[in-house]
Amino acid sequence: MKRLFIYLKPYRKECICAPLFKMLEATFELFVPLVIAAIIDTGIASRDTGYIVRMCLVLVALGLIGVTCSITAQYFSARAAVGFASRLRHALFEHLQSLSYTEIDRLGTSTMITRMTSDVNQTQSGVNMTLRLFLRSPFIVLGAMVMAFTIDFRSALIFAAAIVLLSLIIFVLMRISVPLMRQVQQRLDSILGITRENLTGVRVIRAFGQEEHEKAEFEQRNSMFTSVQKKAGKVSALMNPLTYVVINAAVIWLIWTGAIQVNLGILTQGQVVALYNYMSQILVELIKFANLLVTINKAIACGNRIAGVFDVTSSVKEGTVDVLDVCGAGSAPAALGEEQKAVPAVRFRHVSLTYQGSQDTSLEDIDFEAPRGSVTGIIGGTGSGKTSLVNLIPRFYEATSGSVEVNGRDVREYRYEALRRGIAVVPQKAVLFHGTIRDNMRFGCEDAADEQIMEAIRIAQASDVVEKKGGLDAVIEQGGRNLSGGQRQRLTIARALVSKPQILILDDSASALDYATDAALRKAIRELPDAPSVFIVSQRAASIRQADQIIVLDDGRMAGKGTHEELLKSCQVYQEIYYSQYQKEVQA
Amino acid sequence: MAEAKNRKTVSEGQSNRKGTIGKVLHYIRRYWGFLAVSLILAVVTVVLTLYVPILIGRAIDNIIAAGKVDFAAVGRILFRVAAAVAVTGICQWVMNIMNNHITYHVVHDIREEAFRKIQILPLKYIDSHAYGEIVSRVIADVDQFADGLLMGFTQFFTGIVTIGGTLVFMLTIHVQITLIVVLLTPLSFVIANFVAKNTYSMFQQQSVTRGEQTALIDEMIGNEKVVQAFGYGDRALERFDEINGRLETCSLKATFFSSLTNPATRFVNNVVYAAVALAGALTVLSGGMTVGNLSSFLSYANQYTKPFNEISGVITELQNAIACAARIFSLIEEEAQIPEPETAQTLEHTRGNVELDHVNFSYVLDKPLIENLNLAVKPGQRVALVGPTGCGKTTIINLLMRFYDVDAGSIRVDGTDIRDYTRKSLRTNYGMVLQETWLKAGTIRDNIIMGKPDATEEEIIAAAKASHAHSFIRRLPQGYDTVIGEDGGMLSQGQKQLLCITRVMLCLPPMLILDEATSSIDTRTELKIQETFARMMKGRTSFIVAHRLSTIQNADVILVMRDGHIVEQGSHEELLAGGGFYSELYYSQFQN
Repeated sequence: MKRLFIYLKPYRKECICAPLFKMLEATFELFVPLVIAAIIDTGIASRDTGYIVRMCLVLVALGLIGVTCSITAQYFSARAAVGFASRLRHALFEHLQSLSYTEIDRLGTSTMITRMTSDVNQTQSGVNMTLRLFLRSPFIVLGAMVMAFTIDFRSALIFAAAIVLLSLIIFVLMRISVPLMRQVQQRLDSILGITRENLTGVRVIRAFGQEEHEKAEFEQRNSMFTSVQKKAGKVSALMNPLTYVVINAAVIWLIWTGAIQVNLGILTQGQVVALYNYMSQILVELIKFANLLVTINKAIACGNRIAGVFDVTSSVKEGTVDVLDVCGAGSAPAALGEEQKAVPAVRFRHVSLTYQGSQDTSLEDIDFEAPRGSVTGIIGGTGSGKTSLVNLIPRFYEATSGSVEVNGRDVREYRYEALRRGIAVVPQKAVLFHGTIRDNMRFGCEDAADEQIMEAIRIAQASDVVEKKGGLDAVIEQGGRNLSGGQRQRLTIARALVSKPQILILDDSASALDYATDAALRKAIRELPDAPSVFIVSQRAASIRQADQIIVLDDGRMAGKGTHEELLKSCQVYQEIYYSQYQKEVQA
Repeated sequence: MAEAKNRKTVSEGQSNRKGTIGKVLHYIRRYWGFLAVSLILAVVTVVLTLYVPILIGRAIDNIIAAGKVDFAAVGRILFRVAAAVAVTGICQWVMNIMNNHITYHVVHDIREEAFRKIQILPLKYIDSHAYGEIVSRVIADVDQFADGLLMGFTQFFTGIVTIGGTLVFMLTIHVQITLIVVLLTPLSFVIANFVAKNTYSMFQQQSVTRGEQTALIDEMIGNEKVVQAFGYGDRALERFDEINGRLETCSLKATFFSSLTNPATRFVNNVVYAAVALAGALTVLSGGMTVGNLSSFLSYANQYTKPFNEISGVITELQNAIACAARIFSLIEEEAQIPEPETAQTLEHTRGNVELDHVNFSYVLDKPLIENLNLAVKPGQRVALVGPTGCGKTTIINLLMRFYDVDAGSIRVDGTDIRDYTRKSLRTNYGMVLQETWLKAGTIRDNIIMGKPDATEEEIIAAAKASHAHSFIRRLPQGYDTVIGEDGGMLSQGQKQLLCITRVMLCLPPMLILDEATSSIDTRTELKIQETFARMMKGRTSFIVAHRLSTIQNADVILVMRDGHIVEQGSHEELLAGGGFYSELYYSQFQN
């Protein structure tokens, strides 16, 4: 939680001024009982009407100063709280961008979203309330006690006793209710989870007629949530009645002691009234304070959970090399010497990968090199590690042992930006974003010109999609819902091509394309001037058959490496894959 | 455009405010018993709370000066104070519990209603709204609303009772001074009302901007991997900051201006207090009342005005709550899918006779997608849909499953329009595997038994073996009881697809829809699954969408689609012999 305070730092002035003005206001409030005592003891006793009028004007003046101070305080605290939340959200969003895939897997999408939204909102109102009231209430409580001491020592001791007892009550109740609050939040998270799930999986749920089942599940979680909430509520419901009873017990004691003191001539009647008024003020403030503590506690719980996200730092450390170039060479490929051209675009040196929290290795001893401008095909069964392999090239995950080199340099030496600007990935899942087609195409390359974009779209065989949708300004809905699977896939391929990458990774990204389109696409990429080094992950032998080199994966190991013809002769796994797809079709 | 929309929502919200309150009351009505008890307790609490200052005032009147203290009287009065305080404490506690009960249950009911609504919303609505926005209504908005409602109960009502009670007690002490109080206090109410009116639109604005931000967060964080792969992070942050900046501005406005209520009304209270002190002191001088009376009166003046203070605070909070409630209700009241007619039949085990009769359909009003589509499928036939991407294959599936309704024409199953069947019975007669694999958070087992919750262990394993998922499931840490996170977590796309197939294998409905069902599965496994599929499809009407022509060659009828029309129709051999679009597609896969 403490680490979040740095986002309050720019508002130091506000954070000091808000409580300060609140305390000023409180101070003026504390004078009120004294003025009343003066009216009773001096004004009424000496029957001085002028004095009474003057004192009442003092009361109005005190109120006027109070309201000015209060408004000032509200302004400062609102600024600090809103600004704090805004900075916090910014920092959190930025932080999430810095995480590697490993941490993203671990945190989970809905957790990240809750942290960014409702948790930040809660901390915002927590900061606001704290700045306004946290100091004010104890100040008035203590102030009232001090005032009581100035009036009469013996009576003031009652104040001290009451305050100690009340603090104790508040402390104990908090101790019980805070863990309950945490449970409430957890239950709420699970409600959020199921709501989201029912939106993303609406088709499947309805296809299987699962609506009733989902309703029942929701109902169960919802009821759990309500029951925990009620449990927590029962504890906090004790707060007000208990404080009320304690304070009034103190009042009874106070009046009795006061009666004795007055009888002895130590106190006046007006002073007893003043003491009583102070006691009432304490009650009012304590009730406010207790409510405030609930809010603050909620905010602290939320703050801690946000801090928890900040604690998750990227397990991968960024390198320092800014340019994705062959060591020492300029960027134009034409300028490369023979020696530099010979440096492979990608090289795997005995790479193994085990995902965090997993028992089995996903990749084992992968060793190969991909020359510049070559096409590497990667084929293998479901779960054989194809995607894992290509994910290591842009360093989405970190190799557990061995090393991955791009342009002759370990990927760990590059800055992410350099690496990922030069390497374009078309992921399995074709994700597009809400916005125009142009916005989507510029995703990896902010300043791409329309010609550049259209060229990429042409290569990706997506010209007809853009045409049908009405040009680059056509709006794509969130997740690309207004496009078919194949249309989405071609657009994601185009998106990757816009930035003219040195290395292009197609991760099974033509699966929704028909053969003709798939073939045309591969041909167009090959014919590019400065053709990128391409990695094609596929299930289809046809897609990778023409590759310069094919890597056959089987259960995380390399079962073969070579050209189509070589593998067909020597690699049993490849033969099986190939014939499973071709036998029938060739015979048909 | 977005701005115009926002503005519209704001003004609409304002006019709907009263309606929203009415709806909230409707939910509260169910708990009228609790409400009645709570109200009675509130009255008891308030009356006793107000009685205490009177007693104290009397006690003070018995403490006049040195040697003039009536200890017996003071003792008697203080004893009564103690009794009153004890009863008040208990009543207050029970009342708090009642209020919690009402609030939490109302929230519970509203959430449930919203969730029920989600289940019957037309897909059109869900497809066209950001998930994050809907989620934010069900979660964040309801939460905010609950806070407001609870505050309303605990403070609004007791506030009103306190005002009434105080008034009565003050009148019993002194009528004229009471009049001063009564005449002055409405001032604070006017101020509070003024602030509330002017801040409602600010809260609404804040709510809308927040929704916008949540949608962006949902999209970016939800696809964080793609964002990172393209180094879009910085620009995502820029876009985020732009909205964040706007949110900061309107949040500051809403927060600050709404917080003005409190100081302003408190000032009015201070003036009232001063006026009472003056009038009271002068009355004491003229012998109209005692010093003890004055003390009680001052304490009342405070208590009388404080509720105004609180109520105004609550009103601000309620503004926010009502703005949130309005958003929830707009979801709850969203037009549901066309309700099933009372005469809707249950489609029992269909024979699988499917006819599409002059079907027209479009997602967007003026852009027809499917026009005049006719098709008759006999029981047990295997129908394959092929064609370039975007030609309407998936749309046909949307129509067959009745995710969307046809615009014109009709679809009939066993001779009856599918709109005359219950949706559930129609859909459960289809086994559907989509290209987009969706798994819910839970165990592997939970996901498999979706269509047949009472399946035995043997059946589950048999289904998983048939779909060739058994071997990888077995290797997971807890086998079938392994919990997978939302969206399948660490499973590969292919593994997820295998699970989706297993799901259908288990329940085996009379008709099948396979939309690119094996697109992410390697061909070796696929080949084995094809055998299972073949067995499965025997005697079942099946609709298959696939790009790999190898998977559809054995279909009885292949429909070649282009731009929403069927351009060719026939068996694999017939179509190849015909030398049309299909044969073009078919041969292209061998040209490299």
